[in-house]
Amino acid sequence: MTNFEWLTMGAKIAFIVVVLLQVVPIMVWVERRGSALMQNRLGPNRIGPLGLLQSICDVVKFFFKEDRAPGHVNKFYYTLAPLIVLVPAFMTFAVIPFASSIVIDGQTVNFQIADLNVGLLYIFSVASLGVYGIIMSGWSSNNKYALLGSLRSTSQMISYELSMGLSIIGIVMVFSSVELGAIARGQGEAFFSVGMLTIPKWGIFIQPIGFIVFLTSVFAETNRLPFDLPEGESEIVAGYHIEYGSMKFALFFMAEYINMTVGAALITTLFFGGWQMLPGMHWLLEVMNLDGMAHEWVRILFEAASFGAKVCFFMWFFVWVRWTIPRFRYDQLMDLGWKVMLPLSLVNIFLTGVLIYYKVL
Amino acid sequence: MPNDSKREIGSLSSNIEHGVMEHDTDDLWGDSRVLMNIGPTHPSMHGALRMVAQLNGETIEKSYCEFGYTHRAKEKLGENRTYHQFVVYTDRLNYCSALINNVAYAMAVEKLMGVELPPRAIWIRMMCAEIARIMDHLVCVGINAVDLGAFSFFLYGFHQREEGYSLIEELCGARLTTSYTRIGGLMHDAPEGWEKRCKAWVVKTRKVIDEMDELLTGNKIWCQRTIGVGVFSRQQCLDYSFSGPVARAAGIDLDLRRDQPCMFYKNVEFDVPIARNGDVFDRYMVRMEEIRQSLNIVSQCADKIQPGPIWAEDKRVRIPDKDVVHNTMEGMIHHFKFFMHGFDVPEGEAYTQFEAANGELGFYIVSKGSPRAHRMRIRGPSVWHFQGLDPMVKGSKIADAVAALGSINIIAGELDR
Repeated sequence: MTNFEWLTMGAKIAFIVVVLLQVVPIMVWVERRGSALMQNRLGPNRIGPLGLLQSICDVVKFFFKEDRAPGHVNKFYYTLAPLIVLVPAFMTFAVIPFASSIVIDGQTVNFQIADLNVGLLYIFSVASLGVYGIIMSGWSSNNKYALLGSLRSTSQMISYELSMGLSIIGIVMVFSSVELGAIARGQGEAFFSVGMLTIPKWGIFIQPIGFIVFLTSVFAETNRLPFDLPEGESEIVAGYHIEYGSMKFALFFMAEYINMTVGAALITTLFFGGWQMLPGMHWLLEVMNLDGMAHEWVRILFEAASFGAKVCFFMWFFVWVRWTIPRFRYDQLMDLGWKVMLPLSLVNIFLTGVLIYYKVL
Repeated sequence: MPNDSKREIGSLSSNIEHGVMEHDTDDLWGDSRVLMNIGPTHPSMHGALRMVAQLNGETIEKSYCEFGYTHRAKEKLGENRTYHQFVVYTDRLNYCSALINNVAYAMAVEKLMGVELPPRAIWIRMMCAEIARIMDHLVCVGINAVDLGAFSFFLYGFHQREEGYSLIEELCGARLTTSYTRIGGLMHDAPEGWEKRCKAWVVKTRKVIDEMDELLTGNKIWCQRTIGVGVFSRQQCLDYSFSGPVARAAGIDLDLRRDQPCMFYKNVEFDVPIARNGDVFDRYMVRMEEIRQSLNIVSQCADKIQPGPIWAEDKRVRIPDKDVVHNTMEGMIHHFKFFMHGFDVPEGEAYTQFEAANGELGFYIVSKGSPRAHRMRIRGPSVWHFQGLDPMVKGSKIADAVAALGSINIIAGELDR
């Protein structure tokens, strides 16, 4: 690798890590203010403008809490578990493209940390590592509630990973690629046009069933309501992280929000055109009438902003759903996963195959 | 400490093995069952209840419920306090609807003494009881929803409950522990325009209830979680002497306000909602409908209430007015005797039952003629309901047990007394 490549790679990694770390406090704030908005409350509004600095205070509080472990835990796995939950959450983001590419001094720079040719497979393999952390935390905590939580989590993740994986087979078939970069690029093409209106080849338009299954599975994978059974605070108190405190708990907490971000980014990349610009931005770019590198950089900026906006929408969607509907029961969750989601994704694959055969897609 | 807890759990499990739970020798996995303590400190064990459950996976095979963690010897206190002093203890029975307890207790003592209340006091008591019932039901359906993960629903109700507490605060200055009734009267008269504010609250609450209804009743997850869960049949309800909304949800057409009308319940119109299946969903629906009916009662009372005295014209129970106490010697002596000695209640015994938010709330008082009760017994509906929890949750999941417990609205204060 040349120096230039090292430099750009370092910059991209730093950018992603910093952004992901910032997402956590911001999302906590959004979650709290958003739920307050829905529930006729105010939410945190004392510290900083609109209470934005509240999360900073929470983080500081976590740092100053005594880092202790209960006597009955297996210390090694107990300490290891939060890390194993957190790290894969970060790693998944490596293959998600957040803008297209730019040519600087004759060298192409992709706005994606690693454009792996097995992108989707990488995502599934890494994302499923997170469950080991949850199993470990439940087992090493030596607590019945924690064990139940981790058991629930394990079976939930495994069941939903299946339908999640199958639901995007359709996308893979249409774009003939498992590279996320290629999938995002492919979604820029026009699907069909009605008069002035051009419908792009976004995943949501060509794979509506796949989208629904994927969205549901992402909720299950991120342990958010209505699938937050591993935590289920009213049933098994806090599930797998019942014995955790201070920063160890905060790591679980961060992992949940980073997983949410990854989930939203995946939905965006696979079904909402990834970094493809939002309607109107192409026009705006033309109106600005820039030339040379300036044009290119503004284009990248617009693409990244579009990606960000879409991700933000889905993050908000996660919050929205969480504060609206109740929780499933464990067996109902399994029923939904195996009896509804799995057949649905298989049907989707079949339908996609038929449509591709007849050259509709 | 670890040794102690081990011994406790060990003795308990052997207890269960011998008493409630027998061992199934045919089952290969018999030994792999987990004995789990749910409570006494558990977020969905409202108050401090304890359920020891034998789990097979997540299924509760057998369970054993225990209470007594918040026992405060209220009934014994009733024998050591004057009749007035006991009013404050009734607040702490079902603390979600303290006013109903106040009213029911005052009614019991008044029955024993043969005191007749003036109409205004009765109307105010009725309004208080109904407002308290609404707030109790709001808490119950709200907490039940929180246990199933629907938090917003709960806060919608809670907002309105706080508004209701503001109305009660206008009456007696307290929000939760009201102690509003006195034997033969009330602590204060309702302030100017209170009825109007009650009516405005009724209008707003009705809207909120409709909104809550829309949010949850049709929700598919909510229906899945509640329909057919925690079923307690009509016959079982009769066997366990259930009362109140839980019994009505199983099809027992019983409402003491209608069947044994006390106060002015004959003069107001209301329906008694009945459901058939006796599951968590039916209990929720019955409570929601009862809130609407109680709102109707409150607004009817607000229309019918007239200015007038709030004290019974009975020298024995009437608390002397403050200007008499401060300005005349006789008044001072009367006041002193009234509060230091209390008033003598004629010999006899009385049982009053009142349709509290949870079911039949009864006060049984035996008097030997002194200013303190000879015996004071309270029938809290939660005690009966709690006995039914074991059969109700047998064979269901932990999550269902939580739903069932929320739906029968166990209030630890009323359960343990």
